[in-house]
Amino acid sequence: MYAIRRFEETLLDMFSAGLLVGTTHTCIGQEANAVGLIDHLEPERDVIFSNHRCHGHYLAFTGDQVGLLAEVMGRETGVCGGKGGSQHLCAPNFYTNGVQGSIVPVATGIALAERERGAGAVTTVFLGDGTLGQGTVYECLNMAALWRLPLLFVVEDNRYAQTTPRELAVAGSVPARAEAFGIHAEALDTTDVEEVHAAAGRAVARVRETRAPALLVLGTYRLSPHSKGDDVRDPAEIEAWRARDPLAVAGARIGPEERAAIERRCEDALADAVAAAQAAPVAGAVAA
Amino acid sequence: MRTVTCAQALNAALHELFAERDDVYLLGEDVLDPYGGAFKISRGLSERYPERVVTTPISEASLVGVAAGMALRGYRPVLEIMFGDFITLAFDQIVNGVSKFREMYDDRVTLPLVVRTPMGGRRGYGPTHSQSLEKLLIGVPNITVAATSECHDLGAMMRDAVLSDDPVFLIENKVMYGRPNRRPRDGHLDGFRVDETAGPFPALIFSAGEGAEPAATIVTYGGMLPIVLDAATELIVEEELFCEVVCLGRLLPLDLGPVLESVARTGALVTAEEGPLTGGVGAEIAARMQELAWGDLRRPVRRVAAEDGIIPAAPGLEDARLPGARDVADAVLALVGAPA
Repeated sequence: MYAIRRFEETLLDMFSAGLLVGTTHTCIGQEANAVGLIDHLEPERDVIFSNHRCHGHYLAFTGDQVGLLAEVMGRETGVCGGKGGSQHLCAPNFYTNGVQGSIVPVATGIALAERERGAGAVTTVFLGDGTLGQGTVYECLNMAALWRLPLLFVVEDNRYAQTTPRELAVAGSVPARAEAFGIHAEALDTTDVEEVHAAAGRAVARVRETRAPALLVLGTYRLSPHSKGDDVRDPAEIEAWRARDPLAVAGARIGPEERAAIERRCEDALADAVAAAQAAPVAGAVAA
Repeated sequence: MRTVTCAQALNAALHELFAERDDVYLLGEDVLDPYGGAFKISRGLSERYPERVVTTPISEASLVGVAAGMALRGYRPVLEIMFGDFITLAFDQIVNGVSKFREMYDDRVTLPLVVRTPMGGRRGYGPTHSQSLEKLLIGVPNITVAATSECHDLGAMMRDAVLSDDPVFLIENKVMYGRPNRRPRDGHLDGFRVDETAGPFPALIFSAGEGAEPAATIVTYGGMLPIVLDAATELIVEEELFCEVVCLGRLLPLDLGPVLESVARTGALVTAEEGPLTGGVGAEIAARMQELAWGDLRRPVRRVAAEDGIIPAAPGLEDARLPGARDVADAVLALVGAPA
């Protein structure tokens, strides 16, 4: 979680310093979800389809800091050669795309393919509370249930779709949406990685064993802006959530020395990644 | 010789491909036997290959994405969109997914999927079941848009589509389905000499043959082909005026090679399509031809298309809206009759 946090803080710093162009969407404050869930997946057979807020998922699944940083920096060595940028990533068994709702049908097709292949893979698709406004989500819940697809829908509910609070965009119950299709659903509201890990373990195991879809709602909070400087939330509200920062919650469980050692290790790896990405040739640069 | 309809030819091609490869899947609405799809193109497949034919809910906004997901994972899905009109629901998946994956993922993936769909009117189905919307697809990069006609080798076209490693939109035609798949014999059909370009989704070039001096080129595709051939025959009989007809098999990427060669002989070009005029396939062809063949064109390019507007249900109103053989012939006469 610390590695993801520092990676994204570094991205925001680079934007502020004018070293990056374009856009990015960080998951600062939501790291427990990526770490708690993806620990249960097997990168050599399971598949993830993620969304615009995908860095945490990518790093937890692949560990590839250099490839992601180089991609966001528009370098030839980026995981997609600089063509995708922050929200369009592809690595073995890992895909992201930048349109809400657009990713759910593709994940459904992936799960259908993996059902046919029969290797026991679990496909996970990451949605946000904002994605629940898209009709394709409900088309795909329906098909996943009808076709018994090994597909785990994960709704990271961070209470805001960009600037729109959930109360203005999401009616009714999120788990009940899945249950209406006969899909098992579990919801929790925590930034404690241990709690996420336990619930995600149940959800992944259920999909793997029953070969049927499930939905997991992870209530969370984004401490960072939607993208870079576009935050209109009450600063007092954000400040109150800092007490539940997943790093603070997890950090309280370990001693200061262990924590310092983890942080030092992460800082060293990040510094190496930054140096490697900065040294890589710029994609599309005309040779002098 | 037994007459094979276009629908039967397409169905037979799918049966062959299913028999040859177990990575080919069919998805679509109402595709199960005994119904076998609204136009019977999938008939018999679900009985023989029940595990590889997936009947779907009415979910066009998702289905192209579902097919894309299968294709990303190495399968070769063939998706039927029951009426071409419904493809509008799938445009996010087409534009933000299918068109993008291979290039934006830096060629780390292939996308071998086929979307088959019937376009076209002349069946009285009315405004939302009669359109020719392929012009909306030719503005989407990184996809192939192929157009079948009753004179193409439909089995070969289906094979080209299914075996492509990139997404192919196979535009079929509702009137064509019930008509015989009329192939040239010894390079001739209906009194025309017929040449065929090499490679997948070929163009067919109809000419009058030896001795006839062609006055104009007509480029067309799909369900307009028999109408254009009727017009060309009418012009020979009534005006002793010979045209060359190029029937494109692929609208995107657009290969105008045979049109350029023909226009080098005729100096005059008419485009003929069933969809509405504005922003149509003919507009793209005309723009490219003035870039590529300004020196050969002796007259402005003339477009024949439907009037912009809905396709009415009543047969008389529908006929008036869609281009017919008379419209094509009149366009040629207006062009060739104009001062050079």
